[in-house]
Amino acid sequence: MDIAIDVRDLVVERGKREVLHGISAQLPRGVITGLLGPSGSGKTTLMRAIVGVQVIRSGQVSVLGQPAGSPRLRHMIGYLTQSPSVYPDLTVRENTRYFASLYGLGAAEAEETIRNVGLADQAGQLVATLSGGQHSRASLACALVSQPEVLVLDEPTVGQDPVLRDELWKRFRQLADDGTTLLVSSHVMDEANRCDRLLLIRDGSIIADDTPAAVKTAAGSDDLDQAFLNLVLARTGADG
Amino acid sequence: MSTRILASTTRRILRQLRHDRRTIALMLVVPVLLLTLLYFMFEQQEQTFNRVALTMLGIFPFIIMFLLTSIVMLRERTSGTLERLFTTPVGKLDLLFGYGIAFGLAAAAQATIASALAYWLLGLETAGGMGLVIVIAVANAVLGVALGLLCSAFARTEFQAVQFMPVVTVPQILLCGLFVPRGQMAGWLEGVSNAMPLSYSVEALLEVGASATPTARMWRDLAIVFAVVVLALALGATTLRRRTG
Repeated sequence: MDIAIDVRDLVVERGKREVLHGISAQLPRGVITGLLGPSGSGKTTLMRAIVGVQVIRSGQVSVLGQPAGSPRLRHMIGYLTQSPSVYPDLTVRENTRYFASLYGLGAAEAEETIRNVGLADQAGQLVATLSGGQHSRASLACALVSQPEVLVLDEPTVGQDPVLRDELWKRFRQLADDGTTLLVSSHVMDEANRCDRLLLIRDGSIIADDTPAAVKTAAGSDDLDQAFLNLVLARTGADG
Repeated sequence: MSTRILASTTRRILRQLRHDRRTIALMLVVPVLLLTLLYFMFEQQEQTFNRVALTMLGIFPFIIMFLLTSIVMLRERTSGTLERLFTTPVGKLDLLFGYGIAFGLAAAAQATIASALAYWLLGLETAGGMGLVIVIAVANAVLGVALGLLCSAFARTEFQAVQFMPVVTVPQILLCGLFVPRGQMAGWLEGVSNAMPLSYSVEALLEVGASATPTARMWRDLAIVFAVVVLALALGATTLRRRTG
């Protein structure tokens, strides 16, 4: 298996509190890995460590064979933060073109990406005037525009209507088929079925790392919400 | 640092400014209004008007750019755009110089309009040329940008950031020689004044006011301002962290 993201014994503290307790995971190249867990479980912290903006206590994170955050990786990775991080006082087009320009790409790539996230009609509109869902798609466009080899997307489909959500997942699937490695976080369990692999995380520890089907079998439930619950209960039982 | 990224970052900052018409209007009109106010305040005192108006031409860009930069940089830090930029090929210097150049250009426009009004409509008279006054005003603006970038690191919210303005600018304005000539201050006050960059840019402006050709003292003062800018930018760069807790 060709590994794109390799996390070993990762420990992260935020403030005085340890939020990731020695996490290890290997994410294969060219697949969609879903990072699932409740709010506050450490999803965003893990993603920040992978894109190289998180101070870590110990352990190693490497992406495409290089230490996370190294300068060469910055050309190969796209990161969507959980709350939209685009400039509200610029239009969708200006934002996307700015992020495209950082990679030496031009207007054509920006326009195509804007169409792909379904914002063609809003391209000339100031981001501050967009709806919540449009705002986060504008942010998504800025992560997709450089066509990176690795995409780290923190809750990309929150607040999107079901039709758009479906389109976005089809887009992610297309990207994975073309060889992009995707790590997508969500707290909506029904999105897990769209992923090739799942990382289930709770309280800073990984409680499952397998295909959706295998996770369900191991947990003895077809319903992922129930499966998650079973896994948590099994763990607390084992710990106690 | 990359010239391509620096250029597109500068353009991006100018575009943001361009969308904010009210800020542009305030930036260009407020100095004009205040200079006009000074004109009527000192209608019978030509000498005083010349000295005060000349000094204010340097102080306006310093205050305004300090305020703009500290708020804008704080927004980059709190909105997540800075964190995101740090996952892209953008370098710290691309960002710092991008802000310096973009706001420096805005300050050049501001200084040109304010100076043109002061010289041609309000009858400001200086021995040296208007061009030098604009150069010093832009240097002051860049000083404001550099200090604003630095101070934004110590504010968590915009509410805190605006309160840095009086802390950083008011002592410098009080001690720069506008109210009391620096030579007549108590020794310790003059010492404090000597440690403040605005004292040198105001002195440089007064040199232009008094001498037809650029003096050595004026160049020395400008060099000091430039050195403080470099120092503040270097310190500012250390506050921009790719990795945070």
